Amino acid sequence: MARIIGGITTSHIPAIGIAMDRGLENTPYWKDFFAGYPPVRKWLHEQQPDIAIVFYNDHGLEMFLDKKPTFAIGCAPEYHNADEGWGIATIPPVTGETELSWHIANELIEHDFDPTICQDIKVDHGLTVPLSLMWPGHNYGHVKVIPVCINCERHPMPKPSRCYAFGQAIGRAVESFPGDQKVVVFGTGGLSHQLDGERAGFLNADFDIECMDKLITDPEALTRYSNNDLIEIAGAQGVELNMWLGMRGCLLGEVEELHRNYVAPISNTGAGLQLIANH
Amino acid sequence: MTEENREIPGTILFDGPMSTKGYPLNKMCYSFNSVEGREAFKADEDAYCDKFGLTPEQKEAVRERDVLGLLRAGGSIYYLAKFAGLLGLNVQDVGALQTGMTVDDFKAYLDSQGRGKSNG
Ligand SMILES: [Fe+2]
Repeated sequence: MARIIGGITTSHIPAIGIAMDRGLENTPYWKDFFAGYPPVRKWLHEQQPDIAIVFYNDHGLEMFLDKKPTFAIGCAPEYHNADEGWGIATIPPVTGETELSWHIANELIEHDFDPTICQDIKVDHGLTVPLSLMWPGHNYGHVKVIPVCINCERHPMPKPSRCYAFGQAIGRAVESFPGDQKVVVFGTGGLSHQLDGERAGFLNADFDIECMDKLITDPEALTRYSNNDLIEIAGAQGVELNMWLGMRGCLLGEVEELHRNYVAPISNTGAGLQLIANH
Repeated sequence: MTEENREIPGTILFDGPMSTKGYPLNKMCYSFNSVEGREAFKADEDAYCDKFGLTPEQKEAVRERDVLGLLRAGGSIYYLAKFAGLLGLNVQDVGALQTGMTVDDFKAYLDSQGRGKSNG
């Protein structure tokens, strides 16, 4: 059976992609942030996962307000990035996957989740920045990516508890897939931040650290927050925690935190990184 | 109080009614994903706003680069970010505009809440 070997959480903000394009990794501003990544890259290199399931949100590249899925899953052989309007360089195509993807889609619907199924979508920085971080120099072509998109931009949004349960359903689907594929799951975005309104610039580092702790020891505790709770405690875009909860739901075994880093502020956000083994 | 209408100071929830109200504005900003859209806006802002059917309130906020006004008129920050990009503004610039701080003060505010950074 296919196996989920672990999960990785990471920020996905455009500023990271821009910093990498400009070679700013070792500048004082970015140093502590990028210093977190080599152990995760090393683990990926050692483990050689075949497939990466990436929980992300689309910030207005593919899924405009006209037709906006609450949950979506990609089942395409390839995904393209495109101009997002603010000067982040477009990255080479991402390799997709069409067998496990469809199996997950079938299993989700069988178990009462009804995502939008996408055979041709552009993927934005929410998905591409993590790939660039994990495999610098755009060396991610060997990994088959399954995008899983969660609406984090317009209310009503799926509840944290639902995102976690959605992840659990994906985890069970992977584990019932015949094959010996090694799968890694990414939860991207976050952590606390608020971009809009008079409250712009709000961060909550204490809460971010608490989320990273609870994500390992007691993820259910995080699912008891509502989205409005998260907005209040972690800022309007703090709801991106939902992608981390989706990832965590997929880890159905014994988890072990192998590495973490937390730096704030990175741009307007608290930037968390965790590497979690699923035994 | 229901989940939909909790008041969070300094925060406008982008919900269904706001999405209805802001649709023309957000649709215009969505078009800034393409260089053609960005160039057409720069060539004739007013005509481009009219093409998408922006309301007078929305047009006024676009003209004034009034970020809070754009939010109140139904703008989603994710689409307004594309407008900001077209204007050459980053998220710290946009934060400063909304909070009435200078960009340096806004960055200092971010730093004051920071953690885990030994440099920069
Ligand atoms: Fe995001």
